[in-house]
Amino acid sequence: MNFKSITALVAASALCAPMAFADGHMANEMTIVSWGGAYSKSQQRAYHDPYSEMTGTKIINDDSSAEAVSKLRAMNEAGNVTWDVVDVVAADALRLCDEGLAMEIDPDTQLADAPDGTKASEDFGDMLVGDCFIPQIVYSTTFGYRTDLVGDTPPTSVCDVFDTEKYPGKRSLEKRPIANVEWALICDGVAYEEVYDLLATEAGQERAMAKLDTIKDDVIWWSAGADTPQLLADGEVIMGSTYNGRLFSVIEEQKQPVAMLWDWQMFDLDGWIIPTGLSPERQARAMDYIMFATDTQRLADQAKYISYGPARKSSAPLVGKHADLGIEMAPHMPTDPKNSVNTFLYNYEFWADYRDDIDAKWQAWLSK
Amino acid sequence: MSTFATAQRTPARFYVSVTAAAGALAGMFIGTSQGNTLLGILIGAAVPAIIAFAATKMLPERPARWGILALFGAAGFLISALPGLFVGLIFGWFFGWFMFWLFEGHYRASLPPYLTGGQVLWHYAFRVICGAIFVFLITPILVVLPLSFNAQDFFTFTPEMLAFDPAGYSLKHYRDFLTNDAWQDALRNSLLIAPMATLLSVSFGTLAAIGLSQPHVPFQRAIMAILISPMIVPLIISAAGMYFFYSRIGLQGTYMGVVLAHAALGIPFVIITVTATLVGFDNSLTRAAANMGANPVTTFFRVQMPLILPGVISGGLFAFITSFDEVVVVLFVGSAGQKTLPWQMFTGLREQISPTILAVATILVVISIALLTVVELLRRRSERLRGMSPG
Repeated sequence: MNFKSITALVAASALCAPMAFADGHMANEMTIVSWGGAYSKSQQRAYHDPYSEMTGTKIINDDSSAEAVSKLRAMNEAGNVTWDVVDVVAADALRLCDEGLAMEIDPDTQLADAPDGTKASEDFGDMLVGDCFIPQIVYSTTFGYRTDLVGDTPPTSVCDVFDTEKYPGKRSLEKRPIANVEWALICDGVAYEEVYDLLATEAGQERAMAKLDTIKDDVIWWSAGADTPQLLADGEVIMGSTYNGRLFSVIEEQKQPVAMLWDWQMFDLDGWIIPTGLSPERQARAMDYIMFATDTQRLADQAKYISYGPARKSSAPLVGKHADLGIEMAPHMPTDPKNSVNTFLYNYEFWADYRDDIDAKWQAWLSK
Repeated sequence: MSTFATAQRTPARFYVSVTAAAGALAGMFIGTSQGNTLLGILIGAAVPAIIAFAATKMLPERPARWGILALFGAAGFLISALPGLFVGLIFGWFFGWFMFWLFEGHYRASLPPYLTGGQVLWHYAFRVICGAIFVFLITPILVVLPLSFNAQDFFTFTPEMLAFDPAGYSLKHYRDFLTNDAWQDALRNSLLIAPMATLLSVSFGTLAAIGLSQPHVPFQRAIMAILISPMIVPLIISAAGMYFFYSRIGLQGTYMGVVLAHAALGIPFVIITVTATLVGFDNSLTRAAANMGANPVTTFFRVQMPLILPGVISGGLFAFITSFDEVVVVLFVGSAGQKTLPWQMFTGLREQISPTILAVATILVVISIALLTVVELLRRRSERLRGMSPG
């Protein structure tokens, strides 16, 4: 390389640099944070693509919902919020709302009414938890089992997970107390109405752990939603809990020998928040997106791509067939009457009060 | 044992027991994979030992080895069809060769005749240990390669794959990588950020190395230590510090910010490689150039630069790989608009275990091997040149 060509190279790169680094934030674009995988894909097709086409807004996806709370705290501290709309579970939304990291939204004035004119607050009903959270879907944490590894009598009850004699083999459970301790008490003979009263006591917590102790050696603990599908596909576990949409994908899209065990599924809500600290222009754009993405038709559209139930009552009759597979989606919804004989609804109040305490005991129990 | 004959037949108790030991080791792995380690060891020891004894007594080497190959292949095929045949043939070839290699005394052929039995044993044990370490290091990469051609969406060797059925293999994960917008954005960002970061690292790193190699620079060691510190400070600390600092000055979440952060990480590699090359550089050449009327800039580009170019380029390659493989700093300093390939792999691995990640990993491994080969070739060239340069 001689002197001239090096000078030319340096000059060229100096000229190119400002063009390549033009900052995108002022342009008409927004960053939407979600969970990634099939879930983000369903949002892309049901919400992002039509919205971009309608408004010309470019949407950037950030798959960081798993650490949304800590990242929003850091952004707030640094005074530089780079996210416009964030998809979180209801429990995280409540925390963010309490800490002032998510803005309050009035459903009746800031969200679309149902097609028949019903106000949004009534259409969402009980799903509206907290002042900042706009619900999007109902999902559940439930069990799937390998049809070829459980013998001739497939499991029908969540208590079969605790029965290692009838169903020998590994099972996967989430590495946190929520849902696991409820299931443990139900299978230890506690009536549904008494579960949370009992869990509020020391003795009840110990009883739940003692029940879990009976299968502890046979459990593989998971922390990401993709773990159980992989373990089931490998045959490493014979049954395991995960989100019902992941199991739908394993069964219907990947054609694995897996079946659903809906008994005592744990319902939870997932939806949007808008972070505080956005410029008025960005906030208005985020609100406009939320208004669009949570209307009746859009919520029903999402169910074409993933088996999670829409959060609006008015969306339920509009749920149709899967966009690619062509199968009816209604029987795969966690809210379908056949699937929801026995159900838990994530108890936000209870877990807000007892989570730290039970988490500490849980960690101690895990490391025993 | 005779110390002079180099290829003498060995007694049965020697070659049979060594074959049994090797068989036990192989049997241990197979037995463990089938769920019964002890049985595996016993069968693994007994079968090759009996075969070794019988084959060496009854048949000459050539037909015996073909016979053993066929026997193991058939046994493997009976146990688990095509993959079994494949594994059986490998074992058959190995044990056939191994028992006659011991029996005929070939194992001593390439060694000095005065070695004791213990020294011979150590000679081969050393090679086996080195091989085992090599296998331990390379296996994860070798597992990733075939899995990236999986026809299913899981990290699983399917029965079709193990049976070498073409239906079990597919290029769909490579297709997904090449057509999926998320991956393509990540690739574009990586290819934009890494070269810019490399350019900055190389320019600043080379200047720093040349400056620090001048004898009259004060606080040489202290300056060097500060410049090298990004290599030593835990990455997460640098990343968190950069996050808050860059947020304040408006660089967080911009391409410029990620490039600057990666340049800071790459500079130490350039300084180290260029400093090493400068050790062999003869400063009387710059004085000669100055004597002939060249100014310092001309001297640098026409005399010094060509001679230290191998060091500069290999430093640049390290800086490039650092930026290209880096995930922690970009997670902090970048935002989703600047997500690079490692970022996409990291979040993808957590939320959706998709073999597309393996396809990308395979591509990156191939690129890394190519780059490291270039570094090695440059190093050899520089050694050759240094050997010829006036001392």
